Amino acid sequence: MKRNKLSVVLNGLITENPTFVLMLGMCPTLGTTSSALNGMGMGLATSFVLICSNMAISSVKNIIPDKVRIPSYIVIIATFVSLLQMVMQAYVPALYASLGIFIPLIVVNCIVLARAESFASKNSVFDSALDGLGIGLGFTIALTLLGSIRELFGTGKIFGMTVFPEQYGILVFVLAPGAFIVLGYLIAIINRIKKVS
Amino acid sequence: MAKLESSFKNMVLVLTGISIFAAAALGVVYKLTLEPIKATEIAKQEMAIREVTPHFNNAPVAEKYMLISPEGDSLMCFPAKQDGKLTGVAIESYSNKGFHGKIKVMVGLDPNGKILNYSVINHTETPGLGSKMTDWFKTDKNKQNILGLDPGKDKIWVSKDGGDVDAITAATISSRAFLDAIDRAYRSYMTPKNAAVDTMKSIVRQSSASAEYKDKGVSNEKE
Repeated sequence: MKRNKLSVVLNGLITENPTFVLMLGMCPTLGTTSSALNGMGMGLATSFVLICSNMAISSVKNIIPDKVRIPSYIVIIATFVSLLQMVMQAYVPALYASLGIFIPLIVVNCIVLARAESFASKNSVFDSALDGLGIGLGFTIALTLLGSIRELFGTGKIFGMTVFPEQYGILVFVLAPGAFIVLGYLIAIINRIKKVS
Repeated sequence: MAKLESSFKNMVLVLTGISIFAAAALGVVYKLTLEPIKATEIAKQEMAIREVTPHFNNAPVAEKYMLISPEGDSLMCFPAKQDGKLTGVAIESYSNKGFHGKIKVMVGLDPNGKILNYSVINHTETPGLGSKMTDWFKTDKNKQNILGLDPGKDKIWVSKDGGDVDAITAATISSRAFLDAIDRAYRSYMTPKNAAVDTMKSIVRQSSASAEYKDKGVSNEKE
């Protein structure tokens, strides 16, 4: 089956957006988006793991016996996450400190395993890389959007730039309940737009 | 190429192979990032030290030593020296009394124990409330500012408990914990059983010949 390369990327970005459509990986989505920068950092970190693990799994898919495929995938994903963790600790310590526990938790992020199982294990290496890129970008955009809105309403800043004075911010948006509220409204808006078009 | 059959031999071989590859990759990257990770940690410490102590031209991270607090904990102390003369110390202190766990603070004291400055290294207090401590106790407003106070004379605890410092609005627990960390640094620094303090006092009184000699030796090297 020949598929359009662009449609593979767009599939992850829009039709199967991991946050707004598939609703996967809610834990890091809600936990790390207290600011736009944190959300983007988390999204990019997950994208890196997704692309690498998708490519690796796709290239070894034929030598992995079916019965041990899940443990094999987990080992591959965990390897890339650990690599990422060490590299981030060495070169972007500030981001590493603010994402904290969520970096090692990428291992159990269901998006990564879901793409390995449902896409990379059935498609070519190049397609799998594109799928990782699409899903990763979709996740990054969703997290950045969520983070920007929470940061703006909570502290009056976007990416650290002041939009309005901090004392007019609504604190709840930076805390956990704000994550649920913003995510709920975003999903509602996106569903509404999809219904119209 | 057809999929490998799920026989016992194949499964063991594949899992072992993948694990070996993973271990090798991790080992290589660990080796590569070991040095940069150490360097960034030292740079982070040095930046915190630079923030809380006056000018110095020694290497405080290399000259660090342990302070024993009255409760028996050990705190890391970084001496800041200008031409061999002690201008202040940076003490890495902590408190477990925070609202959400441990608070780590770098506290700068002058040789007599007055608070020069502080820098919160990490904390997990509520964003927007307890997290304000990073600036709150440096701001000159009402009785918020603790810089320049002497914990030996001034009452470094929140005014709710009869002290001299205004707590952060709606974050009294975080404020108490923060001041607890400052207090721990001061008490550890002033505990007589710490050899370092003895040295410091002898320099001040100029009664210990050996300390003075050592002091001169260092400054001569610089010249």
